Amino acid sequence: MKNPEEIFEILKKEFGESILAIDKDVPTEPIIAVDPMYINKVGQFLREHEELKFDSLMVLSGVDDANGTKIKDEDETEVISGGTLSVYYHLHSVYLKHKITLKVSTPRDNPKAESVESIWKTADWHEREAYDMFGIIFLNHPDLRRILMPYDWEAGYPLRKDYKNPEFYQGMKVPY
Amino acid sequence: MYQFLFNITGNEIIAGLITACIPLVFILIFVLFAVWFERKVSAHMQDRLGPMRVGWHGVLQTVADFVKMLQKEDIIATEADRKLFSIAPVLVFAGSFAAYAAIPFSSKLLGSEVEVGIFYVIAISSLVVAGILMAGWSSNNKYSLLGAMRSAAQIVSYEIPTALVVLSMVMLTGTLSLDKMSQMQTAHFWDWNIFGGPTFGFAKFLLIPFMFVGFLIVYISTLAEVNRTPFDIPEAESELVAGYFTEYVGMKWAMFMLSEYANMFSVSAIITILFFGGYQSPVGYLGNTLGAPALIPFEQGIWFIAKGIFFVFVQMWLRWTLPRLRVDQLMTVCWKYLIPYAFINLIIIGIITLL
Amino acid sequence: MALKTETMVLNMGPQHPSTHGVLRLELELEGEVIVNVKPHIGYLHRCFEKHAEVMTYPQVIPYTDRMDYLASMSNNFGYVVAVEKLLGIQVPDRVQYIRVIMAELQRIASHLVALGTNGLDIGAFTPFLYLFRDREHILSLFEMTCGARLLYNYMWVGGLSHDIHPDFVRLTKEFVNYFRPTITELNNLLTFNKIFIERTANIGILPLDTAINFGATGPVLRGSGLAFDLRREDPYSIYDRFNFEIPTGKGLVGTIGDCWDRYYVRVLEMEQSLRIIEQAIDPIPEGDVQSAIPKRVKPPKGTVYSRTENPRGELGYFIISDGNVNPFRIKVRGPSFVNLELMGELCKGHLVADVIAILGSIDIVLGEVDR
Repeated sequence: MKNPEEIFEILKKEFGESILAIDKDVPTEPIIAVDPMYINKVGQFLREHEELKFDSLMVLSGVDDANGTKIKDEDETEVISGGTLSVYYHLHSVYLKHKITLKVSTPRDNPKAESVESIWKTADWHEREAYDMFGIIFLNHPDLRRILMPYDWEAGYPLRKDYKNPEFYQGMKVPY
Repeated sequence: MYQFLFNITGNEIIAGLITACIPLVFILIFVLFAVWFERKVSAHMQDRLGPMRVGWHGVLQTVADFVKMLQKEDIIATEADRKLFSIAPVLVFAGSFAAYAAIPFSSKLLGSEVEVGIFYVIAISSLVVAGILMAGWSSNNKYSLLGAMRSAAQIVSYEIPTALVVLSMVMLTGTLSLDKMSQMQTAHFWDWNIFGGPTFGFAKFLLIPFMFVGFLIVYISTLAEVNRTPFDIPEAESELVAGYFTEYVGMKWAMFMLSEYANMFSVSAIITILFFGGYQSPVGYLGNTLGAPALIPFEQGIWFIAKGIFFVFVQMWLRWTLPRLRVDQLMTVCWKYLIPYAFINLIIIGIITLL
Repeated sequence: MALKTETMVLNMGPQHPSTHGVLRLELELEGEVIVNVKPHIGYLHRCFEKHAEVMTYPQVIPYTDRMDYLASMSNNFGYVVAVEKLLGIQVPDRVQYIRVIMAELQRIASHLVALGTNGLDIGAFTPFLYLFRDREHILSLFEMTCGARLLYNYMWVGGLSHDIHPDFVRLTKEFVNYFRPTITELNNLLTFNKIFIERTANIGILPLDTAINFGATGPVLRGSGLAFDLRREDPYSIYDRFNFEIPTGKGLVGTIGDCWDRYYVRVLEMEQSLRIIEQAIDPIPEGDVQSAIPKRVKPPKGTVYSRTENPRGELGYFIISDGNVNPFRIKVRGPSFVNLELMGELCKGHLVADVIAILGSIDIVLGEVDR
């Protein structure tokens, strides 16, 4: 059973600059920041190392950090440009009983991250949902398409902070 | 019956028509009763009450449903094959109804006195398979097609154990006519075929266990013939919506229901005639004790209908208790278990009758 | 010359009597054997996560009820445990005891629905009605406490919405005594029925490492043999004070991890929930259930991921707060969402009738899948 600082040390020794930082002071859990293009290698290592054995991905969530500059659009609504979209991974080991949280940050204008679907099959639908809601593209995902919204929803990614509802969808009026 | 009417009216056609209509009237009244009965039986088994408002304890519920059915719009899907779609329920009902021609309700009430009674019944009830396949195919619906194919496979397979057991009974009684079979099982219940038949002797007691086995085999096979749970895959609500009659509405659907309940009664009737003495009473006749022999046919009719309803009740009881078998398990039960046992039963009964 | 055959695509559409809600399963069939199953979801998506960003923390609670509408108490429980962890407050003991009793009663009610509908899909019509009759007793207990039968809004951040009725303890004890024999009746009627066993044993076998890799939790994981229960692993509230066992699948009438094992695990869990209720119902301490409710819920900046044991598996709430009265992001990890991914894996090589049996044994609720 390891605590997050020890796990951070092991990862830092193995991967060097891909592991960016550990954020320890914020309640309630420490978060390790990882480079988005290396997350699949980090995940593979975490699953297979004998002292770590993280064989279960509990949840994978996309988050819109809303830390870019807010520009006023023509119709008085705000559009955010710049900043990041993040993905949080919560991992846990069934047999060794420890937990860790990882975070990757991708630029808002070109959000790409590696997919961890080949490592933990749970990530299949979670990544599709992150793509559907935020627009984060997961490279090497076998079937990246929308999951909760209709397959032909053109109007953007709903959970972003600057999302606007379209007027019409297939001839039906959208706002209530 | 035909002779009696011919003597009254002197006209062949009218006598024939009335003889044919009596079972039809019986079926209609029976279905009205059976649907209500099924709803009450299922309700009481499930710790609830069932229909209570329409008439005393809901007896007029089926009449109300029938009136509702009559005023429904008759929808036929655009891509469906219109002629086959319309003929299919008629064919299914005709197959069920035609079997009633050879079933004796009492010693005087027999539709047509064919010598080949039971053989005719088994043959004509196979018309139902043709009707079901037509219904499934012409609906132009994948679910219906699947249901119809399963149903056809099921009915055709389960006719074999039925025919084998019937054959063993024919060997025992020496006649194919259902009327003669009923008459042979004379008036008290220890003379019924399930207890070995009317001839007293060593052979009678030897036969009893094999008669029971035969009865069980034919009861299970006929459950499958009428598509009742545990064999109701063609109508499996939770898998195929409603199987081969998914696309039918209104009167056409009512025809399918009519033919299902008519079938249920006709197979129960066959079982009572084969094993349980047909229309004979187990305890003697009131007509005999009171000295009024004209009363006897009516009593026989009542006993016959009562025994038929009892077996229909057992069929309903089984439906609400047991889960459903999967289609390959159903086929396994038929081909790997029922048919071998039916064969062995046949051979042993044959040997015993030689004694 | 070999016959060229095509696979048939059959749609078990959004409206179907036994897909437990609006779920579309696209089956690719070769005759009656299944080659592939693709679930399509999203028909019940109500944008819970977007709504949560414009409401205050206590206002989110009725919305959490409606995700898994058959286990509302457990949904509330998960959310308030997460927010209380973020705020760092302690709730009084009385509140803890009542919360545990409500959660266990809810677990029994939810399993009754799951077992009844599982039987109904297989064709056994009667156990469904018997189990619903027993569920009515639980629902009237809930109605006596908070006025609602299905969606309660009962557990608030720091306490409860109403205190329990004076008759609640006596009626709960009567219910426990009434319910134990009906579990025996269910076993006689359905669990050990030969036809039911034929339909569910050796169907949809889930090996343990596949289960862990796919993230399955709850009775689905326990049916594959691993005794993993969040009330033991990661105890929240006061579950560490109670004695209860964790039932797992042992392959009694088939292989470990088949549909029958998952079904039987749920039957045994109901018995264990009765044990917990019996241990918790007597020593409820006195107190005020609303004393620790803060006037304004304004957590410090930070994140929390807390998970609780829903009747269907691990319900996780990932809450990011930026110091305001509105949450910045709430992500809900619904157990049915994750368990539904298993459908493609489990159905290969089985018949169409087995798809229904497998779907019933995974026990999904579409409200939780789509949120």
